[in-house]
Amino acid sequence: MAERILMKGNEAIAEAAIQAGCRHYFGYPITPQTEIAAYMAKKMPKIGGVFLQAESEIASINMVYGAAAAGMRVMTSSSSPGISLKGEGLSYIAGSDVPAFVVNVQRGGPGLGGIQPSQSDYFQSTKGGGHGDYRMIVLAPASVQEMASLTVKGFNLADKYSMLSMILADGTIGQMMEPISFEDVAVEHYPKPWALTGTEGKRKHNIVNSLYLNPEVLEQKNFERYEKYKAVEASEVLYETYMMDDAEIGVAAFGIAARVAKNAVAAARAEGIKAGLIRPITLWPFPKQVLKDAAEQVKAFVSVELNMGQMIEDIRLATECRRPVTLCNRAGGMIPSPEQVLQSIHAAVKGGN
Amino acid sequence: MAIVFEKPKALTDAVLHYCPGCPHGIIHRLVAEAIDTLGIEGRAIGVAPVGCAVMAYDYFTCDMIEAAHGRAPATATGIKRCRPDNIVFTYQGDGDLASIGMAETVHAAARNENITVIFVNNAIYGMTGGQMAPTSLPGQVTQTSPYGRDVNHCGWPIRVCELLATLEGPEYVARVAVNNVKNVKSAGKAILKAFQNQVDKKGFSLIEVVSACPTNWGMTPQQALKWVESDMLPYYPLGVYKDRSAAKEAESK
Ligand SMILES: Cc1ncc(C[n+]2csc(CCOP(=O)(O)OP(=O)(O)O)c2C)c(N)n1
Ligand code: SF4
Ligand SMILES: [Mg+2]
Repeated sequence: MAERILMKGNEAIAEAAIQAGCRHYFGYPITPQTEIAAYMAKKMPKIGGVFLQAESEIASINMVYGAAAAGMRVMTSSSSPGISLKGEGLSYIAGSDVPAFVVNVQRGGPGLGGIQPSQSDYFQSTKGGGHGDYRMIVLAPASVQEMASLTVKGFNLADKYSMLSMILADGTIGQMMEPISFEDVAVEHYPKPWALTGTEGKRKHNIVNSLYLNPEVLEQKNFERYEKYKAVEASEVLYETYMMDDAEIGVAAFGIAARVAKNAVAAARAEGIKAGLIRPITLWPFPKQVLKDAAEQVKAFVSVELNMGQMIEDIRLATECRRPVTLCNRAGGMIPSPEQVLQSIHAAVKGGN
Repeated sequence: MAIVFEKPKALTDAVLHYCPGCPHGIIHRLVAEAIDTLGIEGRAIGVAPVGCAVMAYDYFTCDMIEAAHGRAPATATGIKRCRPDNIVFTYQGDGDLASIGMAETVHAAARNENITVIFVNNAIYGMTGGQMAPTSLPGQVTQTSPYGRDVNHCGWPIRVCELLATLEGPEYVARVAVNNVKNVKSAGKAILKAFQNQVDKKGFSLIEVVSACPTNWGMTPQQALKWVESDMLPYYPLGVYKDRSAAKEAESK
């Protein structure tokens, strides 16, 4: 059996990043993700890597931009307010088509908000955050093991498509300890002929850039980028289903909310209610098809979220509003109890709210 | 026939988009000459700013990146920390370096990041059509200070070299100008030294080049050069503000 070690979610991300070949970390302290920086600060100098505490999130994402352009596996991590500051840099990275890996261990907002777990950056990560038309691959772990395995996946996917990937976690999974294994780490390598390495006088200069003053050229760049995104949507969707085979109530939840929802689904089953769970693992690309298919089968959906109802919009879009979708939520750092989710399932059975 | 004057190798054949009489072209040339002299073109990586020099990536033959407004020192840091054997330089305007990017500038200097920063001070936001810059002089008329810069309202222009010289971090900080032949010559020497310092792994070097923006100053190129002499240089005195190695040498003597 694979060797299992007890780790905190945030540390699992850091260790997995190192195992995935990341040797460059740039960040700025913010709760509840600081363990990632602390881990990197300890480890990187010992393995010939770079840990640098930047003067701000703005600086750190632009350091990431430089390192990514230089062809390195590079990452930064932060929490909600810090990710807002990184928005412009994320847009530049997307607009330059260089790969980078970003972690958002979300906390309640808006504003300074709080430091308790939240999922209120769903819109920010899946719909934009920075300016312009762009996408990030958004991975939502629901366990410490997934914090590690999705980190490795995030680096691989970023390099494969030369784009941004993000772990969208929350304070609970960040702080939680669980036994995990690094047995399955598989590092994929992709050529980076565009990287800034110095020409050595052997080739024409490489230019990493997001400026195209000619609108026709800029439009073309956008079209090409969206072709790439289409390929991601076609082949990289990840989700988990639980008891969906004969489900009549489809509960949808990601991250820590999915763990609560799973307990509620089990409790509903014990009462004889045919409930099931769909857990998107990639929030972008969103598992549209599995939800669309489920809409043929279930009577109603319940979206369980730690926010005021964000993923629910994607569920309605994916299911083309063919079934009622109700929201079961807490916000501001609060987490719904399995009982609250169970009540929402009961309400969905009755067809009310 | 002997060739007595030619384009530096480190410049491409692209036609510069700068206004007629704009010193950006001269400063590009000085940077390229330094790269040629040190033979570092093959390992140089340049960081273009947001500002009139945004398209510098088309003008230098080395690898180039176009950074976000003000963030060039951070982007350069990312590159340099990954590729310490490459020669990394930024080329930034005053709005870029001393306003929106002041934090990145100060912290890169404080870390003594081993990069070369070329800072083009033209006392105005050139690219966006002539707004007040952090370096616009008291009384200077710009689009956003139409009655002249009122220091009681919007504060005083920032002297970047003097400010950075208070830090322990940076290796070399100097201000030069390109308003006459003599000054262009010393500017070239300073820029060369700023690159040499990086090659020698000495650390952060910043060369402030007092430049001009005839277009947005509303002057002919000749008038602009005169205004540099009469108005800019008294507020921004030329000279070396910090030279750690020289200071150490002097101490040890
Ligand atoms: C975040 C952001 N804010 C504002 C701008 C608009 N902008 C472009 S260039 C510039 C000023 C550039 O002035 P300076 O750095 O002095 O360079 P110059 O054009 O004078 O050489 C501004 C404000 C931008 N591109 N990005
Ligand atoms: S606007 Fe000013 S700084 Fe910009 S190219 Fe023209 S003269 Fe030069
Ligand atoms: Mg300027």
